[in-house]
Amino acid sequence: MIDLFQTYWQSFLWTDGQQWSGVIVTLMLLIVSTIGGFTLSIPLALGRVSSSRSLSAVIWLYTYTFRTTPLYVQLLIIYSGLYSLAFIQDTPVLNSFFRDAYCCTLFAFVLNECAYMTEILVGSIRASSRGEVEAGRAFGLSATVLNLKVILPSALRRALPAYSNEVIFMLHGTTLAFTATVPDILKVARDVNAETYATFTTYGLASLLYLMISFCIIVSFNRAENRWLKYLKPRKAKQAIDHSVPLIKEGSLV
Amino acid sequence: MNALTVENIHKSYGNHKVLHGVSLSAKRGEVISIIGSSGSGKSTFLRCINFLEQPDSGRVSLDNLTIDIGVGKAVRPDRRALQGLRTRLAMVFQHFNLWAHMTVLENVSMAPVHALNVSKEEARTRAIVYLEKVGLDARFHDSYPAHLSGGQQQRVAIARALAVEPEVMLFDEPTSALDPELVGEVLKIMQELAQEGRTMIVVTHEMGFARHASTQVVFLHGGKIEEQGKPEQLFDNPQSERLRQFLALDLK
Repeated sequence: MIDLFQTYWQSFLWTDGQQWSGVIVTLMLLIVSTIGGFTLSIPLALGRVSSSRSLSAVIWLYTYTFRTTPLYVQLLIIYSGLYSLAFIQDTPVLNSFFRDAYCCTLFAFVLNECAYMTEILVGSIRASSRGEVEAGRAFGLSATVLNLKVILPSALRRALPAYSNEVIFMLHGTTLAFTATVPDILKVARDVNAETYATFTTYGLASLLYLMISFCIIVSFNRAENRWLKYLKPRKAKQAIDHSVPLIKEGSLV
Repeated sequence: MNALTVENIHKSYGNHKVLHGVSLSAKRGEVISIIGSSGSGKSTFLRCINFLEQPDSGRVSLDNLTIDIGVGKAVRPDRRALQGLRTRLAMVFQHFNLWAHMTVLENVSMAPVHALNVSKEEARTRAIVYLEKVGLDARFHDSYPAHLSGGQQQRVAIARALAVEPEVMLFDEPTSALDPELVGEVLKIMQELAQEGRTMIVVTHEMGFARHASTQVVFLHGGKIEEQGKPEQLFDNPQSERLRQFLALDLK
């Protein structure tokens, strides 16, 4: 494994000599698709729980479609399917967008990730405490302030554990990027395998890299949960305790 | 001068009529306790005052602001007028309803900053003053609600209500969710507020509070005001049979 890594480490980590490849590409795909998906999911989730039925229905149709079809198929449609349509070839902007492998891959990943993240957030918004929302209304907060200061901050916090799963699933999803010839970790591993026939070693090496990335994701989410879900954790002994009331009466243990 | 006038509130849920035209007016500095058995419509009435429940018809007025829901008009009141009314009333809930992801200080300064456009520093100063008033010092400022006892949480909720410097404070059974030994600390603060001359409408099961701290007591039964008057009059010399029964139950 070490020999193989010594020969191909550059391809595995950042470049195959002509273009970016390996870990750096996988990370780029992961980061763009999760950040893009997350950002878009916030307005979509608010639209989905809004009182407008038609808006909610349209968003539901989108999330339903993208969550019920395989990501692989979505990528095939976006990368090869759409480009076969005449109007896309005839519109210069669309033509250049859908001819670019990275654009197509990221477009598919963002749409897919956003569908899942929207539904996670919708579930979390629906689990908002009625009392807290009511208190906001009773104090005359506008709908915008109520959403931005009360509903979303608590819903996003509740959704954190689900997001950490979702990001790891997205990492696994990036392995489909080879479909559009994007040289991510797995694509490099396949190429190295084709050159060396060291199947176990090449794929083992790829697994190790994915494992390390996942580990970093899990650690970051743990830290985020420690920070933002602090209010749910049992208080530490140092935090405010009413010292006027002794916890244990003197002599009660004797 | 009436601080708050509520006229002829009707409310039903489907076929079930909960309020049959309840009216109430509170002069400045008055403390009105609303008593009655469960299901009598006390809480619904209180929640109709700030339109957390939309009444079917009725009228709520502060000294220069009136929201009128005419009979048969199922329309929601104007959003701005409603927000205006709500920023001048403040509510303390049975289950505290503090914002769980915010610290104590953030909870108390939230409404002044975001509903009244008070500056952040001013709101913070206010929050500290009112927290001090309900007996919570700096040690508690950065605690989260879940880390406090029920009594402390309700005191934070009272500070949150005080911080908007409301014209009228609404209390919805503020001690009903508390352990018996924590009821006292909350009632004591409410009593102090009453003595300061704040206008308060209190839905309560605490007959002691109704009797000693309020200037007027309203007994609701079946969605109507059955009896109303000075506390000593109602408690010592109840006129209606229903109130006599209700008070007898409480004394048991």
